[in-house]
Amino acid sequence: MIDQILAAKDSAVARLAAATSSDDVRAVELEVLGKKGSLTDLKAGLGKLATIEEKKQAGRALNEATTEVSAALAARLGEFRRSERAVQLEVERLDLTEVTRKPGRGHAHVVTQAWQRLEDAFIGLGFQVAEGPEVETDWYNFEALNMPANHPARSMHDTFYVDHGAPGSTVLRTHTSPVQIRVMQTTPPPIYMVMPGRVFRNETTDATHLAVFHQIEGLVIDRGITLADLAGTIESFTKAFFGEGFTSRLRPSYFPFTEPSAEFDIRTPKGNWLELGGCGMVHPNVLRAGGIDPEEFSGFAFGFGIDRMAKERHSINDVREMYTNDIRFLEQF
Amino acid sequence: MRIVHSMLHDLVAIGDDVDAIADIITNVGLAVEDVSRVGGTVDGVITARVLRTERHPDAAKVHRVFVDNGDGVERHVWCGAFNMQPGDIIPLATPGTVMPDGRAIEPKPILGISSDGMLCSARELGLGDDHTGILILPAATPLGVPYGEALGMEEEVVYDIDVLRNRPDAYGHLGVARDVAAKLGLSVALAPVLPAPQAPTRTATVELVDGDRCPRFTSVVLSGVKVGPSPDWMARRLTAAGMRPINNVVDVSNYVMLETNQPNHAYDFDTLGGGGFRVRLAREGETMITLDDTERTLTADDLLICDATDRPIGIAGIMGGQNTEISDSTTVIALETAWFEPAAIMRSVVRMGLRTEASARFERGMDTHGIDRSTARFVELLSLTCPDLVVHDGAVDARTPQLPVPAVLRVRPARVGALLGAAFTAEQIRALIEPIGFLCTPAGEDLDVTVPTWRPDCTGEIDIVEEVARLFGYDLLGKTVPKSTVPGGLSGVQQRRRRLRDVLLGLGLSEAMPHPFLTAGELEKAGLPADSVRLVNPLVVGDDLLRTSLRPGLLKAVAFNESHRRSAVSLFEIGHVYPPSTDVLPAEYEALGVVIAGADAPAAVAVWRELATAMGWGARLDQGTVPAGLHPARSATLSLGKDAIGVVGEVHPDVAEAFDVTERVAILELNLSVLLANEPKPAAWKPTSRFPSSDLDLAFVLPESVTAEKLDKAIRQAAGNLLVELTLFDVYRGTGLPETTRSLAYRLRLQSLERTLTDDDVAQLRAKIEAATKKMGAVLRS
Repeated sequence: MIDQILAAKDSAVARLAAATSSDDVRAVELEVLGKKGSLTDLKAGLGKLATIEEKKQAGRALNEATTEVSAALAARLGEFRRSERAVQLEVERLDLTEVTRKPGRGHAHVVTQAWQRLEDAFIGLGFQVAEGPEVETDWYNFEALNMPANHPARSMHDTFYVDHGAPGSTVLRTHTSPVQIRVMQTTPPPIYMVMPGRVFRNETTDATHLAVFHQIEGLVIDRGITLADLAGTIESFTKAFFGEGFTSRLRPSYFPFTEPSAEFDIRTPKGNWLELGGCGMVHPNVLRAGGIDPEEFSGFAFGFGIDRMAKERHSINDVREMYTNDIRFLEQF
Repeated sequence: MRIVHSMLHDLVAIGDDVDAIADIITNVGLAVEDVSRVGGTVDGVITARVLRTERHPDAAKVHRVFVDNGDGVERHVWCGAFNMQPGDIIPLATPGTVMPDGRAIEPKPILGISSDGMLCSARELGLGDDHTGILILPAATPLGVPYGEALGMEEEVVYDIDVLRNRPDAYGHLGVARDVAAKLGLSVALAPVLPAPQAPTRTATVELVDGDRCPRFTSVVLSGVKVGPSPDWMARRLTAAGMRPINNVVDVSNYVMLETNQPNHAYDFDTLGGGGFRVRLAREGETMITLDDTERTLTADDLLICDATDRPIGIAGIMGGQNTEISDSTTVIALETAWFEPAAIMRSVVRMGLRTEASARFERGMDTHGIDRSTARFVELLSLTCPDLVVHDGAVDARTPQLPVPAVLRVRPARVGALLGAAFTAEQIRALIEPIGFLCTPAGEDLDVTVPTWRPDCTGEIDIVEEVARLFGYDLLGKTVPKSTVPGGLSGVQQRRRRLRDVLLGLGLSEAMPHPFLTAGELEKAGLPADSVRLVNPLVVGDDLLRTSLRPGLLKAVAFNESHRRSAVSLFEIGHVYPPSTDVLPAEYEALGVVIAGADAPAAVAVWRELATAMGWGARLDQGTVPAGLHPARSATLSLGKDAIGVVGEVHPDVAEAFDVTERVAILELNLSVLLANEPKPAAWKPTSRFPSSDLDLAFVLPESVTAEKLDKAIRQAAGNLLVELTLFDVYRGTGLPETTRSLAYRLRLQSLERTLTDDDVAQLRAKIEAATKKMGAVLRS
């Protein structure tokens, strides 16, 4: 019987070696291991053997033969599958640049993108984000910011007045600074806050000026805050937002709501200075208007335009382009 | 403010390093925006004589000018001006010259004949505005020399500085000189001494009727005046500073103002009625003709300078009158120098819309004690052209108690250090600020600082802190970073707004930012109530309504894109709207507007559903209430409890038409101030089944009066937990169906968490659904 087993096995292995397709392999499988296969038949014949020893030996041989044939079978089948799959894959070859379907994504406005990038840079420096109304009272927009009625500095702001309440009592905010006062009134120090938002100036628009635009403003109020802290914060922001190669400087300036006041400039890695915005130590009168004791707390504030960040980043030559709502513009970013 | 280097140099020995001086001025807070050189010669422009001129038959606008620049060679130049005669000396820009406006002169041929340079007008050489013809030079001018040299011209360097509101003194060269001198450790030139007054006594009397508005008024009579031209250097400096030279008296008056910052006014004493001044408020409606030949109507808040007979001769601090103007025959002048109450000057300026060099200074606040220096300097400079000038006895210096006295401020060095982040001793502070005129007296640990009379902006300790920082140098104070002691991050509303925007972008909508102002009629065009808040002073006439809805802006955006062959745009805006209110402020809130052009209402409902799922919003969609301006049969109101929080549907075709939109527009409008206010509960996990699912397709014929949403609900209720997904996949109206019905085809995915569903289970469920939906008039199609 053992001879029969070995013969069946050898024949199967030989036929597998000669197979030319996976179908040939499956035919061998059926003929050898199938219900009526040669090895299956031999297995059925085991019971007829005389001695236990014979049964044991034949059984072992049968097992070995079956294992060997199965392995050869699987190996050959694998080979054929691989080559047949390879042929199939080649048939399926596509030119991937023949794209007819465009899924289309929405495009966030460039100003929103700049706005969020700025917020994120400040959040990384430990700031929270505050907001406030765009239509403001004269008190929040001017008076609380150390610009009482007839203050000469009011003429620095071309103000849109709103026909609401008593004449002159309501304005479109000329800066985001009124939010500073609202924050101070509702949040006890320490305050580490940035205030992005839309602002309005009644001035003729041109390639670099808009009557409706966006600013972001920062406010820090805590014990022992200094002008050096302001310079350091501006420097940290400059590096976080623009990159490690950028530095910043403060130049003396004047704003009614800060003192000492400064302009801040950033220096590009190429060595050019760009004027960015205004800043300074929060004026004691402003702290008082916000209900904070200037002898106990000090703070600084800074602010600059968001639209210009978008304009510079994308080399847009005219800020007015950003507000045409032309889909051909929006889709570019 | 134009600061002329040579005028600054007269006050402090600053040397000639223009760039270094510009840096110093900038670093003390008077930003130099531009440094320009004016009035110098232009290299390459030389003098030449006109030999002859000749017309060319084919050139109407230019003629040929033949010139000699001294080397005896006849040169030919095309020229568009015809004002020269043979023999005239003119400036010739030779080829290669770069003109002040940046234009390079090239031998550009006309009609094939080249031009050997260009003849120049005064304007082309930066010598003023005259562009009517070629500049004709004096007949004795030598040929072939630089024209500037021939004219004795010198270049003036001008720093254009941005003087801010806190530095009234820096409108004068003296104020800038004080800062620059302090930075360089130099001193400012002392004031000239007024020559001793002489007999006979001649007085221009002064009567201060409304002295609170004019706390100081001085007059001095000067005789021996001979009106004539100013010296070249003075005319040149005035021109460089942006003023036009007129005659020696007016020029000295202006020059003294530019130098000392103190405006003054010289009157012809012989035309001064009653030989004196009377300062009083105008009578309401009183008129006078000012120097600019304009009749001004005054109010009872405007201050007048009158002569002693009460005839108005000037609006105080703003502009003089025509009637006492200096003329060529003037020989005696009364020099008025005064201090006016600044806020009142500003009111008059705003009211009259008349801002002058003088008013700009007075409204910012003058030095209460700068008058003496300015008067002495006036006399010193006028003597240069009037050697017989006499200062008469009888000068008047009238003062009232309202004249401000210098403030004395207590300054704590500890406080200075605490705000600047660097320690300063009292002595260090004194050393920094005394050079610019702040007098320091020790007061224990602290200092009592007397503010100089020319710095009325300094009224508190904090102003001195700024002076210390400015003079020490901001860049030397160091950079430290305060450690934020609060957790940084976005608020809940801000986080939700970002998520909302991300979902909208993911749905393929792009973000628009329309203008927030509307013109009259735009709200009505959008089918919305006209009621809105108005701007008092719009930038563009008519562009004066604050929007109460994002709709008009978005529809204009759709129309714009349509007109540029981009139909079917999908846009959204997140922005504020400002409905009227009786509260302190308008009822401003944040809104979302979505428009999908070329799509019908369900597209907007689909966006709403996607947002509602993503944001955890629940709201009732009420098709019974038609929102204003939307399609009456294709729109719904979205409500949360009793409150409407938005609308969804399709824009009314009339509205679309009114905005020149030709497509259908699906629209969604939401009140984000309400919807973003609350943190929704996070979605709770629903286990997914491990057992196989079965799909069941059901088609219902449903009366038009019943919404798909109601049918959805009935199916879900009947199917219970076993229904894991319900999709409406087909809607059919038409042949084969009864009138006013339609067929809705749904696919139900059924699945149990506990077992594999049997055919029986599915059949039972189908029967249940059929029974439930029958009640609402739905017929299950087999």
